[in-house]
Amino acid sequence: MFSDHAVSILIFAGIDVIMALSFYLPASAGQLSAGQGGFMALGAYTSAYLTVYHQTPFPLALAAGGLIGGLVGLVVGFPALRLRGLYLVLVTFGFGEMVRVLFLNAPAFGGPAGFAGIPAATTIWYVLGLLALLIYFFMRVSGSRMGRAFAALRDDEAAAEAMGVNSTYVKLAAFATGGAIAGLGGALYAHYILFIDPEAFGVGRSLFVMLYAVFGGLASFWGAVAGATILSILPELLRWVKDWREIFYGLLVLMMMLVRPQGLLDPTLLARLSLRGERVAARG
Amino acid sequence: MLVQQLVNGLMLGGAYALVAIGYTLIFGVLNLLHLAHGEVFMVGAYVGLVLALAGFPPWATLGGAMLAAAVLGIVVERVAFRPVRNRGSHVTPLMTTIAVGLVLQHVVVKIFGAEPVAVPAPFASASLALGPVTLSTLQLLILGTSLALMALLELVLRSTPTGLAIRATAENPTVAGLLGINVSLAIVVTFAIASALAGAAGVLLAWNFTGLSPFFGVKVGLKGLAIMLLGGLGNVTGAMVGGLLVGVVEVLSVAYLASSYRDAFAFAVMILILLVRPTGLLGARLQIG
Repeated sequence: MFSDHAVSILIFAGIDVIMALSFYLPASAGQLSAGQGGFMALGAYTSAYLTVYHQTPFPLALAAGGLIGGLVGLVVGFPALRLRGLYLVLVTFGFGEMVRVLFLNAPAFGGPAGFAGIPAATTIWYVLGLLALLIYFFMRVSGSRMGRAFAALRDDEAAAEAMGVNSTYVKLAAFATGGAIAGLGGALYAHYILFIDPEAFGVGRSLFVMLYAVFGGLASFWGAVAGATILSILPELLRWVKDWREIFYGLLVLMMMLVRPQGLLDPTLLARLSLRGERVAARG
Repeated sequence: MLVQQLVNGLMLGGAYALVAIGYTLIFGVLNLLHLAHGEVFMVGAYVGLVLALAGFPPWATLGGAMLAAAVLGIVVERVAFRPVRNRGSHVTPLMTTIAVGLVLQHVVVKIFGAEPVAVPAPFASASLALGPVTLSTLQLLILGTSLALMALLELVLRSTPTGLAIRATAENPTVAGLLGINVSLAIVVTFAIASALAGAAGVLLAWNFTGLSPFFGVKVGLKGLAIMLLGGLGNVTGAMVGGLLVGVVEVLSVAYLASSYRDAFAFAVMILILLVRPTGLLGARLQIG
């Protein structure tokens, strides 16, 4: 039905959406992470190591990638409890860089030369299946007790605490889940691209993940979905400008952020689209 | 040997500090991160290269690069900060500056190509022996220039009307405005100063590494961010001390430990210090909400 090229664009777009969601989850609790590339690297390397050296079936390796992302997310979440706003952004930056440097110095994982020979296992169905699960999960979470605790923490931490929200638990849960989602994304990525090196998961990756979610708007997880889809397909649409592509891309993103600093899907637009509009609009 | 390494580290650290001071000045005044600052630094270095190839003497190269970077900084403020200053969240300027950084990077790729280019270092051969320590004229020049620029900055910030306006704006923009300070102008001047320092650092580091690429700004920019945190957000003296410290730690780690970890050290030190002293080494001058 689709050409191979179209399928590969869809798979990369799907992985970008998964990554944007991994940023959105902690962000919905007010925890901005600029280190999602680090979690992605952990998921990618863990799963690749398992399938290459232990012949682990892919679904298991995928789950392991998510698990490692989640566990490390929990560990990073602890120091992050003490930090807020841009401090947290900078420390998670640092985390991402340290993961990159660690893999650069790990010969078992190929070091700077990269990790090759990963079996092709990711299909469009894995990506779409995981996306469907995640979207179902986010739809369920956003109206739940936990989802409201996230929103309360983001809007006013002191008030949330006063209302009985256990901020330590909620923040750690948000960070760990975000890490797990990024780990899953990394595992899918590794088994599609088949060759990974530490540079693929550096600061650039983390910043783009952040950009996808913010571009789409942080008012709802649909923003992350929309932002990542648009921005990962945009380069394909800009093929005609040839090597001016990145410059056009940057200018388009800049103009968009200037016109809509709150992102593509802001509460007003969401209400109009009536994607669970009443609740979202009331929050904004 | 150790003394020699310390001197090398100080030289590297001086240039890092210049970049970090730019971040911290802008953060101090606007409470925002400028993620295209590394690209301003890189463009400054390229302007320096062009001037050097055109036959200008080192001082003119440095001055020209600083001037070009300052102008670029003012443009970035206009395009990426001013329009979103009071709209959107504090994440929005991160995104606009990433976009500007991307554009700058690829404009440079378009003009000079993506490959690294060689930069001729001035006075490469001359050197000065002080007992066991050998200082090349270039090293002295780099260290001297960065120290002189830092001293000049301290002077400007402490004892000129412009410096007072910048400090007042950093303290509280609303009150500063009420007291008759032109806050928008103070912000523009801050960007100009920060960017000029980045341009100078670009030229100095390009001399030091005798090479340059369009992606040169990413690594150094990140290091500048780490140093800003290390010294305390918005704290200029902290950025100076932090820069010198990171330069020395980096050189020592290359000399005595594994060199491939050098880029991780700045961040390891940064995270460690943040966990022990979340306001940085010398304390943040500004509290962020």
